Amino acid sequence: MDLSSINPVLLLSALIVASTPILLAALGELVVEKAGVLNLGVEGMMILGAICGFAVAVETGNPVIGFLGGAAGGAALSLIFAFLTQYLLSNQVATGLALTLFGLGLSAMIGQGYSGIQAPRTADIDFGPLADIPFIGPVFFTHDWVVYASLFLVVAVWYALTRTRAGLILRAVGENHDAAHALGYKVVRVRMLAIAFGGACAGLGGAYLSLVRVPQWTEGMTAGAGWIALAIVVFGAWKPGRVLLGAYLFGGISVLQLNLQAAGVKVPVEFLSMSPYVITILVLVIISADRSRVALNAPASLGRSFHASS
Amino acid sequence: MPRPEARFQPGPMGRPAKQGVSTVKRRTLLATGAAAATAAAFGLPVSAQSPTKVGFIYVGPRNDGGWSQHHHESAMKMAAHFGGAVELVEQESVPEGADAERVMTQMALSGVELIFTTSFGFMDATSNVAAKFPNVKFEHATGYKPAANVSTYSARFYEGRAIMGHIAGKMTKTNKIGYIASYPIPEVIRGINSSFIHAKKANPDVEISVIWIFTWFDPAKESDATRALIDQGVDVILAHTDSTSPLATMRDSGAEVYGFGQAADMAEFGPKPRLSSIIDNWAPYYIDRVQAVKDGSWTSVQTWHGIKDGMVGIGDFSEEIPADVRAEAEALKQSIIDGSYHPFTGPLNKQDGSAWLADGEVADDGALLGLNFYVEGISGDIPS
Repeated sequence: MDLSSINPVLLLSALIVASTPILLAALGELVVEKAGVLNLGVEGMMILGAICGFAVAVETGNPVIGFLGGAAGGAALSLIFAFLTQYLLSNQVATGLALTLFGLGLSAMIGQGYSGIQAPRTADIDFGPLADIPFIGPVFFTHDWVVYASLFLVVAVWYALTRTRAGLILRAVGENHDAAHALGYKVVRVRMLAIAFGGACAGLGGAYLSLVRVPQWTEGMTAGAGWIALAIVVFGAWKPGRVLLGAYLFGGISVLQLNLQAAGVKVPVEFLSMSPYVITILVLVIISADRSRVALNAPASLGRSFHASS
Repeated sequence: MPRPEARFQPGPMGRPAKQGVSTVKRRTLLATGAAAATAAAFGLPVSAQSPTKVGFIYVGPRNDGGWSQHHHESAMKMAAHFGGAVELVEQESVPEGADAERVMTQMALSGVELIFTTSFGFMDATSNVAAKFPNVKFEHATGYKPAANVSTYSARFYEGRAIMGHIAGKMTKTNKIGYIASYPIPEVIRGINSSFIHAKKANPDVEISVIWIFTWFDPAKESDATRALIDQGVDVILAHTDSTSPLATMRDSGAEVYGFGQAADMAEFGPKPRLSSIIDNWAPYYIDRVQAVKDGSWTSVQTWHGIKDGMVGIGDFSEEIPADVRAEAEALKQSIIDGSYHPFTGPLNKQDGSAWLADGEVADDGALLGLNFYVEGISGDIPS
């Protein structure tokens, strides 16, 4: 065993790259669920975001426009879900699952001509002297803009949900859509916007996969990341801070276990391989152990359809 | 088109029939279900107009850029060879497990005569379904459970690994090479051993780090593993997974690292980081086997071809490799082709130091097919 070959700076740096796609998708889903909508199509929106982001970046040669394309792709797909569930009152679980299947197929079709192509690189932001601070510099100040945007988004979502009038309305819609409707809030419109936001975040996360983490387009490349994001929202008790913790924990342990293997640590590989799932769930379950409080935080109208006539 | 599954219901599949009557019934039903297959098996003349249905099951998407794509392309070449005389039925991204059995059953019921199951993990599913459809022929890639109607076929990838290992040993500056391994099966363990043996011969100071990721296809995980190896000072990485993401990660890492094409040439990543490649070429085999079904001469065989027979191709050597190393690699390749050298030639010890092959002794195929240990010098345990 040679633990000295694991460089903590590089490990923390890799952790952030591995966690960002899940964090973005989970944040989006958190907002959607807070509005009372259960969208199980995260995987599909992510993979569509991955190919849209990749294709746009390749065609324009600009990774920033690529990320916008990825977000637009995810949002567009989510609007199909929004229309079906909010206007046609289809079952949210079934529609979400169908959305995943549709997204996987559609992305494979769009991606026909994009296998084996190199996308323009997303450069790290130059923080000048800040990056030279020992340890802290390379860990925190050598990333691309999407990483900082995702962290900013955690704070923004938390602030918006808990400190603003818009957030209060969104939560009211998620808790009791009939009461919110009686107060004069546009339940369907709020939910449409929340779903589109969730789709854009998932698309952004997918684009991060294809433009930074992998970085190339391969069919089926999300390989279940969307489902992890969904689980993290629930285990994180619908709180942005805990979703951040869950995503970084999952990404971090995934990267750590690969590094431990490469360093030849004498722990059975089977345990290392399952550790990201087990530890993430354990930690989030323990910190969310107070069931009465978790119940309060779960949106009461989650997954229920709303029609003004009811 | 009639729905054979509906007729299938009286005899629940997978459950042993209690009475002889129902067994007979089920067999009869199966025979009718696979009418086309029975026609061929009973030696009835198959009319020239009806094309032979040939099925392919892939573990990943058809355009993964590696393993599944090469099976698919070989299948397409086979279909093109036969023109309209063959109807290709393909199913991609089939999970290893119960789903695979379902897909095979579906194919067998819809009149497919020959089914290629192209991943090691389809082995038990292939055996199970083959036992239920004695008149349908199966070809399982990289497995070791043949039956009367199941052939196994594989390529001696370890011959290619020997050449890649030699290049890796010569090219590493940090004396650390890495291996991204999928599942702990003999094929992968052979590849690790062969790579290491020849890297060590080329460079006695070389060490190998193995990462098991327990998947054939997960580009993000393959990338993370590549990054973990690079972060730990590894500068030549061999991948035994299906996507091109390890090479893409090396290319964009900015570090001085090299890799190899796996299953496909992956020439688009040359001349750097891709140094050379192991190319799977299944098309001649597929053409042979389909022809055998058409002729009625198909029998269960166990095929294990290497570079000599063309099943394993070695991609062009990159200009990044010094000329003398290129010449050595070429000589190694020729010696494997003419049979003067076998990559598993003694003296070789097992990982624990006990003797495996004496000086000059060559490993027999049986030992290689069931290989489940590392050779001396590799650290770490093989997951069970």
